[in-house]
Amino acid sequence: MENLLAITIGAIYAFSFYLLLRRSLVKVILGVLLFGQGVNLLIFTAAGLTPDRGAFLKEDGSLQPPYADPLPQALILTAIVIGFGVLAFTLAMMHRLHRETGTDDLDELRSDEFDDPDKPAP
Amino acid sequence: MNLLLVLPIFLPLVSAAILLLIPSAKLQRWIHIAACLAHFAASALLLCEVLRKGITASQLGNWPAPFGITFVADTFSAMMVLITGLMGFLVAIYSLDDVSSEHQKRGFYSLYQVLLMGVSGAFLTGDLFNLFVWFEVMLMSSFVLLALGCSRHQLSGGVKYLVLNFLSSSLFLTALGLIYSVTGTLNMADAANILKSSPLGISSMSAAMLLMVSFGIKAGLFPLFAWLPASYHTPPVSVSAIFAALLTKVGVYALVRVFTLIFTIQVDFTHDILIGISLITMLTGVLGAAAQYETRKILSFHIISQIGYMTLGLGFFTEAALAATVFYIIHHIVVKTNLFLIAGAISKLKGTAELKKIGGLYAESPWLALLFLIPAMSLGGIPPLSGFFAKFALVKEGVSLHAWLSVFVALAVGILTLYSMTKIWAEAFWKASPNENGDFGLGDAPDPTPTSSTTPSLPSLPASFWAAITAMAAVTLAISSWPQWLFDLSERAAAELSTPSHYIQAVLHSKQ
Repeated sequence: MENLLAITIGAIYAFSFYLLLRRSLVKVILGVLLFGQGVNLLIFTAAGLTPDRGAFLKEDGSLQPPYADPLPQALILTAIVIGFGVLAFTLAMMHRLHRETGTDDLDELRSDEFDDPDKPAP
Repeated sequence: MNLLLVLPIFLPLVSAAILLLIPSAKLQRWIHIAACLAHFAASALLLCEVLRKGITASQLGNWPAPFGITFVADTFSAMMVLITGLMGFLVAIYSLDDVSSEHQKRGFYSLYQVLLMGVSGAFLTGDLFNLFVWFEVMLMSSFVLLALGCSRHQLSGGVKYLVLNFLSSSLFLTALGLIYSVTGTLNMADAANILKSSPLGISSMSAAMLLMVSFGIKAGLFPLFAWLPASYHTPPVSVSAIFAALLTKVGVYALVRVFTLIFTIQVDFTHDILIGISLITMLTGVLGAAAQYETRKILSFHIISQIGYMTLGLGFFTEAALAATVFYIIHHIVVKTNLFLIAGAISKLKGTAELKKIGGLYAESPWLALLFLIPAMSLGGIPPLSGFFAKFALVKEGVSLHAWLSVFVALAVGILTLYSMTKIWAEAFWKASPNENGDFGLGDAPDPTPTSSTTPSLPSLPASFWAAITAMAAVTLAISSWPQWLFDLSERAAAELSTPSHYIQAVLHSKQ
């Protein structure tokens, strides 16, 4: 199971890096999205898989090892929430950028990088 | 639990919430200043506490040491929080007349407080995952501050900033997953305790390298610094000044913390890489600056080259070199922020920051010229200013380690830095205003409606600008006049950094 997940994580990382390096902004967003998921999966796998085990106390208060480690799940939950916030902001910003410039090509954005920023936009 | 440890985080949080609820713009300004002053005072108290009692640690939520979230302040982090408070306060004064009412309405003040909270949290936390969370707090507010106003330049700079910093955060998380799989903990002291005995395996070494890349992106190290010069010149001056003061330094702080505490086993591998990266960073930054003709762009590239000096001290990894790094960080934050504020004053006076279109400021505003000279010469390392002592300590340590290449690069970059500073001086202050003698330097066609042709009616700078710039110059002069005082502090910080067992003891055996 770990091997399968490791290969999956590697593939997700590779795909998302490929997408992040594209010129199209939409693909960059998809890369951002995918990368976040890959990282969550990595934390989940790296912490050790414990299938069929709960992280809960029994009724008498005992805990039978091996039990699932709840910490990675808490970490992933936090990471998902933060990633969601970042993604929402990214989408809003890309939308605005597209409306201002009329392009989603990162190479076309470079041309005005050397202009005087105090000048009003054309 | 020690209240002083959480005050620098708690105060900005409360003030950010209050600022959101206050409708009156005038009241907001006063609360903004008062909140920054309170943050500064709290951070000063924290440093006093740390100096009196040594490393101070607290566990939140009544969990015992490696399980609860740890907040810990040693001399280094307390110094960083203090300089955050000082810069936060001075830039807040400057921002009063710099930030447009549009920005104020859209929550500039709250975001500024959240930024201070994120930075202070990153300096004070003793837990790796918590460090990630503070990074995100800081980044989210900086994303919005950077994009607030939504001009074309801000957006296209913001995209690079956002994507690269997102990449950095994800790599950080990946490293966290690997560290957790090796040590089963994310508490920095606990992880250091577990990793200190045996050489690094594949997972922990990959984690070390991933952290180096991740923090390197945030610090602006070669080769992933592109986000910095692409975005720092686009937002209002107060925003880019506080970014220049704090954001990259949080990356440097994280590098120092992780590579003095956790990964200290294979120093000849990890820290040699750091030296190499530092040297290339110094060179590329300073050469990039030489090609620029916009004041804030020049200064942005100089942040990069100066970051190289700081990580060079970390790469040497001796107590004296770490002391030089700490001294360098403090000196650099004051000087660089001041230069950004002065660049803002120049554009306010002249209507543009393009060096080719301005000139004659020496005749028009000799005081501003003098105030520019102090941080500029200090950045270039001219004795007797603070930059000289910082460079001297670093180069001296390089000589005693026989690291001749590093010494040579450090000195050469110092000279090139001076070149850039003289460029701003000559172009903005000394040369005649291009509109007076019709000379446009590179033969640009004269502007049909020149903005600054009517020199008599030059706009004067608001008092808040003068106050902030003068206060920062005074801090630089104070460091230059009594460097021994800051050196003693830096040496104390370096002594703590180079004996991590004290830090580990303080965290793992602290009371709740």
